[in-house]
Amino acid sequence: MLKKIIVLSSIFTIGLLIAGCGKGKTAITMAGSTAFQPFAEKLAEQYMSTHNNVSITVQGGGSAVGIQSANSGAAQIGMADLVILPDEAKALTSVAVAKDGIAVVVNPKNSVMSLTTDQVRDIFNGRITNWKEVGGTDAAITVVSREAGSGTRSSFEQIVKGIVLKKEALIQDSNGTIRETVANDVNSVGYLSHGLINEKITALSLDGQACTSESIIAGDYKIVRPIYLLVKGDAPGEVGNFIDYILSPEGQQTIKANHLLPVK
Amino acid sequence: MKLIGEKGVQRALMFTAFSAISALLLIALFILSEGLPFIFRYGIKDFLFSNDWVPQQGRFGIFPMIAASLWVTFGAMVVGAPLGVAVALFLSEYAPRPVMRVIKPTIELLAAIPSVVYGFIGVMVLAPLIREFLGGPGLSLLGGSIILGIMILPTVISISIDSILTVPQSYREGSLALGATTWQTIYMVTIKASKSGIIASIILGLGRAVGETMAVIMVAGNSVNIPHSPLDSVRTLTANIALEMSYATGMHRQALFATGVVLLVGIIILNSIASVALRKRMVKK
Amino acid sequence: MRIHPRHIQKVAVVMLGGAALFTLLILIFIIGFILEKGLPVISLRFLTGKPEDLGRSGGIFPTIIGTILLPLLAIIIATPLGIFTSVYLSEYTKETKLTKVIRFGTDCLAGIPSIIFGLFGYIFFVVTLGLGWSILSGGLTLAVMILPTIIRTSEEAIRSVPKSYREVSFSLGATSWQTVKRVILPNALPGIVTGVMLSIGRSIGETAAVIFTAGSSLRLPESILDSTRTMAVHFYILAREGISQENAYGTAATLIIAVLFINLSAYWMMSRFIAKRS
Repeated sequence: MLKKIIVLSSIFTIGLLIAGCGKGKTAITMAGSTAFQPFAEKLAEQYMSTHNNVSITVQGGGSAVGIQSANSGAAQIGMADLVILPDEAKALTSVAVAKDGIAVVVNPKNSVMSLTTDQVRDIFNGRITNWKEVGGTDAAITVVSREAGSGTRSSFEQIVKGIVLKKEALIQDSNGTIRETVANDVNSVGYLSHGLINEKITALSLDGQACTSESIIAGDYKIVRPIYLLVKGDAPGEVGNFIDYILSPEGQQTIKANHLLPVK
Repeated sequence: MKLIGEKGVQRALMFTAFSAISALLLIALFILSEGLPFIFRYGIKDFLFSNDWVPQQGRFGIFPMIAASLWVTFGAMVVGAPLGVAVALFLSEYAPRPVMRVIKPTIELLAAIPSVVYGFIGVMVLAPLIREFLGGPGLSLLGGSIILGIMILPTVISISIDSILTVPQSYREGSLALGATTWQTIYMVTIKASKSGIIASIILGLGRAVGETMAVIMVAGNSVNIPHSPLDSVRTLTANIALEMSYATGMHRQALFATGVVLLVGIIILNSIASVALRKRMVKK
Repeated sequence: MRIHPRHIQKVAVVMLGGAALFTLLILIFIIGFILEKGLPVISLRFLTGKPEDLGRSGGIFPTIIGTILLPLLAIIIATPLGIFTSVYLSEYTKETKLTKVIRFGTDCLAGIPSIIFGLFGYIFFVVTLGLGWSILSGGLTLAVMILPTIIRTSEEAIRSVPKSYREVSFSLGATSWQTVKRVILPNALPGIVTGVMLSIGRSIGETAAVIFTAGSSLRLPESILDSTRTMAVHFYILAREGISQENAYGTAATLIIAVLFINLSAYWMMSRFIAKRS
């Protein structure tokens, strides 16, 4: 009985293996920025519906994973949302495909609606610890941040200069998780991609500028970074075709329709 | 199978055993070969006792994570051990046998529930409660300890019951014959006789708690911070590996393997104590 | 003032019984919470449909396939390796220091946190061997993770077969292998099967090691080199990122039912074997 199961399963698995080897499809793996990941998945879905010969998979992990897997070959396209690309990315070709604002977000029940850049810095540094210091209720501020390899975090800390994240800050591992954490805790504050804001959280105005697509495009809202796709060497074949698609009017329209900003 | 013959089978089995053991050896060596050189180069004292975990600047002190893992495991023991032993005692000494035979496997089913489910319930139910009634962010050392304590209950209960059941009935009968109540028998005779097994069950449970990753990432907050109160957010050794491993390179990656080595050592110590305790139980009979 | 032992006894019963009740309530609460919110979501369409909009709507079929394929690959690799290794160690070798060391080693490896296997699997299979995020990487990692447990439980099961069985078999002129095949394995089967079943249960619920080796692709895998998402990973992502609470609960409910079913089958099989023997 056991033998039968083993034999059947082995045949099944070998069948899968063979099925994989004989495929004519080009497999493209994208990995990296969790801010861009949902958009990459949508773009991939759309592209694959008209291009049957390509199979695109999207993984997350953060911008540093994007750079690293592009370098190691684990991914054909790395995604990184960084203001300045680090040294490790120098060996790669980078293409900016979108722009994204980083919103500082709080729980909808929080009475605070706007902050200055200095206040944001001091909150994340731990110098301001209570909401009443910035016009809110008397409650301790819970700071939520991303892990060290996050592009969103690197960009945030590079633009709002001088942040040394306070030790008690909670760390979550993706944009979506920060959104959920802030949505669940009345006294929390975090930051995430403007494209991922929904009704569960409120984006604060920064230095009088609301975080909207218009103010970002106009250059009034300051915390903005590009989204780069990274490839090794020049993008060959299908990889290049897909990137061209993303840069095409159709691709950029999809990006715009989903609340990210087109690169042009 | 006459074709292969007895000798052939023996050689095939030997080859299989060799392969399996080599595979396992490969893993152990891989982890050690990545982690140990780092420990020697960086300095074991700085690695284990420095508070600074700033990989971007080449500082790899894991003391806050060691503190977090120790505290969370201790907390899990405080929650899980008394409760677990109490339940084991009740099921084996007071509950009718058929009831125990149904409830024991049911509790063992608890162990089969994926850790992410526990973590999720911790985030949705436990953390808000802690935030509301005790303060702090809710995602905390306390939250992690409670969830881990619940997760180790099946291990503690199951192995303790096994241990308590091996105490010869004559011990109990002797005690009762002398006029003791069931409870007096329990704490004067039964517990003493099954002490090694109960301790082994707790230690094995702690081994599970130390190795848990997903539930703690979800519930404990992940701050690189030495906890000053149970309401503080903490990051365990396992969470540290998980949060950073996908993008760590060079020395950073080796530091994570070194963290793995530290975990390995901790678990080997725990396992050794547990197996000594279990062996004592056997020898006594 | 000395309290009569009978009174202390009553208090003890109440407290211990309370502990038992409390623990059962926790168990019921956890399973009940998930099932209450998740069962309404489960439908034939949910189980057989593809996820849409990143999992916000649609079904979870690819994740069910992933949840089946990964542990399957792991079991196919680890079970024969594990069983034959323990057969060799207990029947064909003498009890030496080496075998003691091997046993200690497998015991330790069985207790290693799964995240370390995930780390190993990512660096070794995904990056160094170039297998990428794939079913193959995930399956190999899981196989290596459950191998020590299978070796250990098989060995315990084999050892529990009475010596007399072996002696009778040898005295009838059987060779070692014939003894193993006809006498030892059939008698050790309940224990071995339990070990395998528990490993399956563990693999299905495993998230840490799987995310880093098999990835998190929502597409239906077409080959062993494709990335895939298991139900546990899907639940984790849906719940953590707030993509869809409903579908998260639905996935969790499906997962719990699957795991409970496997464990219950293991128990049932084992009690049937034990009944047959006696």
